[in-house]
Amino acid sequence: MSTPLSGPGPAQQAPGRGPVRTGSPRTTRTARNHAPITATGLAAKVILLGLVAGIAIWAAFPLVAAEKWVGLAVLVLTTAALFYLYLGRRHVPAKYLIPGTLFLIAFQVVPVLYTASTAFTNFGDGHRGSKDDAIVAIQSSSVKQVPGSTQYPLSVATKGDPATGALVFLITKPGTDTVSVGDARGLRPLDPGAATVGPGGKVTAADGYTVLNFGQASARSKDITDLVVPTAGGALRSSGLSRAYEGKAVRAYDAGCDCVKDSDSGKTWTADGEVGAFVAADGERLAQGWKVNVGLSNFTRVLTDERISGPFLGTLIWNFAFAIGSTGGTFILGMVIALALHSPRMRGTNLYRMLLILPYAMPSFAMLLVWRDMFNTDFGLINNLFGFSVDWFGQDWSARAAVILVQLWLGYPYMFLVATGALQAIPRELTEATSVDGASRWQSFRAVTLPLLLVALSPLLISSFAFNFNNFNAIYLTTEGAPFPADNPSNGATDLLITYTYRLAFGGQAAQFGFAAAISLFIFAIVAVVSAVSFRRTRQQEEVYS
Amino acid sequence: MTMLTGAAVTGGANGPATVDRNAGRRKKRWFAEVGWRHLVGLLGVLFSLFPLVFVVSAALNPLGTLSSTELVPTGGVSLENFGNLFARTEFADWFLNSLLIAGGAAFASVFLSALAAYAFSRMRFQGRRVGLLSLLLIQMFPQFLAIVAIFLIFGTITDLWPAIGFNTPWGLLLLYLGGALGVNTWLMKGFFDTLPRELDESATVDGASHAQVFFRIMLPLVAPILAVTGLLAFINTINEFLMASVFLTDTDAKTLAVGMRGMLQGGERNTNFGIFAAGTLLTAIPTVLVFQFLQRYIVSGLTSGAVKG
Repeated sequence: MSTPLSGPGPAQQAPGRGPVRTGSPRTTRTARNHAPITATGLAAKVILLGLVAGIAIWAAFPLVAAEKWVGLAVLVLTTAALFYLYLGRRHVPAKYLIPGTLFLIAFQVVPVLYTASTAFTNFGDGHRGSKDDAIVAIQSSSVKQVPGSTQYPLSVATKGDPATGALVFLITKPGTDTVSVGDARGLRPLDPGAATVGPGGKVTAADGYTVLNFGQASARSKDITDLVVPTAGGALRSSGLSRAYEGKAVRAYDAGCDCVKDSDSGKTWTADGEVGAFVAADGERLAQGWKVNVGLSNFTRVLTDERISGPFLGTLIWNFAFAIGSTGGTFILGMVIALALHSPRMRGTNLYRMLLILPYAMPSFAMLLVWRDMFNTDFGLINNLFGFSVDWFGQDWSARAAVILVQLWLGYPYMFLVATGALQAIPRELTEATSVDGASRWQSFRAVTLPLLLVALSPLLISSFAFNFNNFNAIYLTTEGAPFPADNPSNGATDLLITYTYRLAFGGQAAQFGFAAAISLFIFAIVAVVSAVSFRRTRQQEEVYS
Repeated sequence: MTMLTGAAVTGGANGPATVDRNAGRRKKRWFAEVGWRHLVGLLGVLFSLFPLVFVVSAALNPLGTLSSTELVPTGGVSLENFGNLFARTEFADWFLNSLLIAGGAAFASVFLSALAAYAFSRMRFQGRRVGLLSLLLIQMFPQFLAIVAIFLIFGTITDLWPAIGFNTPWGLLLLYLGGALGVNTWLMKGFFDTLPRELDESATVDGASHAQVFFRIMLPLVAPILAVTGLLAFINTINEFLMASVFLTDTDAKTLAVGMRGMLQGGERNTNFGIFAAGTLLTAIPTVLVFQFLQRYIVSGLTSGAVKG
């Protein structure tokens, strides 16, 4: 990722210079007169491009080391393109657009496309890697010590630092002096004489390796237990810190039937390319699967799987209710107060305004947590003040009312601010004219003020809706989706789609990245449709064509 | 004099007649014209302030627990919670991290979108319409919806360049910049559109380059709105929790949002409330200060963004 931090290059192409040119500014592109290059401009350009080059070089070394040639090519091309762009005199608009666009592509467009492609796979815990990875994992995790397993005296060694280096096993074949070194790739013999074998057959020193002493080894006992050295007849595992056994892999992959056989029980699991797992005849699946393309099944699951579709529909309806309730509620409350304070006869409006918008200036994440604790059943402020002992987040409707109330508190100062500004922009003559015509205040509000306010504020209302539709903090920092139905711990009564998605991907249970990505796309489709329909009615759309 | 009143007020005027009709009528008229406005304003202020009063009271509560906190402190006040906040948590680290990330992201994102907005507003080029429309579309797909993909991508970045990976402020900062263009460009383009073209045309006639027009003429003129968008970006970034919580897991790398939520997790929830409230107040100080300072611009800035087409 190269840095697009460079500002625009200085004076490259002066738009139309002649005093004769009074026509439309659209002609600027064709103007060929160049403004003089200034010293500051040149210096800025040299410094910024130097910075780009420096960062590109810094970024290139790890890419080379990791042999990521595609990444390196992207880096080189990006840097070259930046130099071409800012050293040349042409492509002026691009000079202004590229810096932001680079970030946009790297950190928003690419992740979004990645999400979209993930949504069609079963990616998640148990389906992370390729089929070969899964087979290796299945075989080595099934290695068992069987009667007659060969035992070896074991020494653990490393080529690097005893506390962090990659570990190897040094073993001696019983009754001989042949020392072998084993790691996750396999076992190979050491040259005779390269290792010193102590009494009992334990290797005490080996050329090029540091043998771990007991204290060092026990500090890394988990790494030692996890190290599996594949051998011809099975695999070598540690048993304690000083002995190893060569166990047999109970389960083995048979390419002929494309299945995994368990030699103990005789059970077979056949590879199922559709679901990316080995499945037995009775439907049992092995935990280690692989990542496959599952087509639309993540999407159809939402609609057809009854355990998901029922709660999902409820969540969807509540999600709309929450977004509309929060947006509408804050708008009405903010507007009423703005109307009340909007009068030339009001005194102290500045003081009111300053106090009213304080919630907006407070850090909202902290205030959400404060509200959560104000609703606490045992020692929350709300129950204390009114003498209740209501478990606010324990029942569906009180929890929903509570989160909307909190959103109201957090959001109405903003609506108050923008409504105040919009009211000031409405010419007083309009409302005065209605009262001359004998309209009541209510009529004048309904017929003049409200429509003008709505025209002015509808873009803000739409973006407020879109924001609240995905208001992760509002739920995650208060109820965390609670209350949950007894039979479904993954989808609670106040869950929004976004918190539900988050729980699917990062919650305590097995991560379902593919399914979570599919729900993200659902959310996107909903928000996009709602916004597109509403934007059509606003002038923002027309601006595109101007 | 015309007043825009809600429906409830007209009902209030039909109350029972008082003995002194004149005085009563005057009072009623005062209430119908001005009094109800103060009533609504006061109710609003009450609603706004009571959670804040509660926070202040909790921060000053010498016992420092949620259960012992009243709306108005009755058991004396002390500043002990503030001392404990720094002694028992990494609050100072979190505060600096947040200031760095939010300040950097706000500044850079405003600058990046101002650049793009200038191009969209003042230049005509191929793909301009497509660019504007796709920004609108991208804006609808909030970055955090792609959190799964971001998590996986940054796993690779952490392996290659640990300096901009997980648990560093730089990685999170870069990520926030990815969302910069989508959020502010439309708003700023609107402001650039309101500046008369004659200004930059006359400057170019005088020999100014496009960069000089941008930095010397346009930027100073839209400075107030840059300040407002910057402030909003700052507030949004300080409050961002989702991505920060996935990114920052080391105690001293956390931002305020992630770190302070951790204070109220699990069994500590009751006992830590006092220091949490103290932290909330300290977090609010920079924002409130800048807010009061910019209040004038904020009202005009937000609304002109809304009103203008």
